[in-house]
Amino acid sequence: MHVPDGFLDAPTSVATGVVAAVGIGVALRKARHELDDRTAPLAGLVAAFVFATQMLNFPVAGGTSGHLMGGAIAAVLVGPWTGVLVTSVVFAVQALLFADGGITALGTNIVLMGLTTVAVGWLVFRGLQAVLPKTLGWVPVAAGVAAFVSVPVASLVFVGLYAVGGTADIPLGTLTGAMVGVHLLIGLGEGVITFLAVGSILAVRPDLVRGAWPVLAARTLEVRPAKATATGTPA
Amino acid sequence: MTRRPSTRAVAWGVLVVSLLLAGVVSFYAASTPDGLTKVSEDQGFADTETDHATADSPLAGYDAGLGNERLSGGLAGVVGVLVVLALGSGVTLLVRRTASETDDTAPRA
Repeated sequence: MHVPDGFLDAPTSVATGVVAAVGIGVALRKARHELDDRTAPLAGLVAAFVFATQMLNFPVAGGTSGHLMGGAIAAVLVGPWTGVLVTSVVFAVQALLFADGGITALGTNIVLMGLTTVAVGWLVFRGLQAVLPKTLGWVPVAAGVAAFVSVPVASLVFVGLYAVGGTADIPLGTLTGAMVGVHLLIGLGEGVITFLAVGSILAVRPDLVRGAWPVLAARTLEVRPAKATATGTPA
Repeated sequence: MTRRPSTRAVAWGVLVVSLLLAGVVSFYAASTPDGLTKVSEDQGFADTETDHATADSPLAGYDAGLGNERLSGGLAGVVGVLVVLALGSGVTLLVRRTASETDDTAPRA
């Protein structure tokens, strides 16, 4: 969903640029609490993985393709604030080095595919975690569902931006239907990739998945009462 | 508790997978327009796209210009993974360094 130059007018592009800059500024301050000796080495690698996966367009219905956005997966693996930094690096490199996504649209793309998918992905993930059983097996499921939801929401945010500053006069109802429709399908791919990637890391080193920490903490506490051991999953 | 791979081993695993995806698997990715591009074509605003300022970049369009599509795309992908890794790790280092400088409770190196 890389927005090229020209789709949105200058004021809207400046506004999204400011929002992106503020978001990155806040993330730079907040991410320091997420990065410890365990997670810090992985942050750059998650950025590299998101970049690589974004090259893999998969076909969806009707001669259309889609690719991972990556906010949900980054948030679950390394935390939401680090996730903002990770995805922003990816979109900046894509725009500057690969002419993928406009330069004036860089703020827009960071807002849509970075801030939005990180925020929605993380909030949905945490919401699901609150209601699902506290076992490691549910972590990739919650991550996958959160990733799925984040993509159509990002497409809705695009429609919102287009309503404010689109350079062509497109009926908003039609645009909304078309954007959300195709991005529900792309979201399925995002969900599957996120499920598989989070599940893979979780299988070998659950402690490296930040989103699994509450589960790991709960499990340690549950081991003590003799009766409660049955509810914990075997390592 | 079963023996688990080291963080270093997991890091190498993620890097190798990323390099393979970007350098090799990307050749087989779908070349049809992505969701937004297709919608912009169908709804008639694709032509509002303006020229890209970095269209002359040697890696523009994920094409390293080697003539061979498989090699050009693969090289662009590998370079991209390494550049993103370097920048991502650099930002992470910077955040941690400023954190330890301003946080009084952090242990001194």
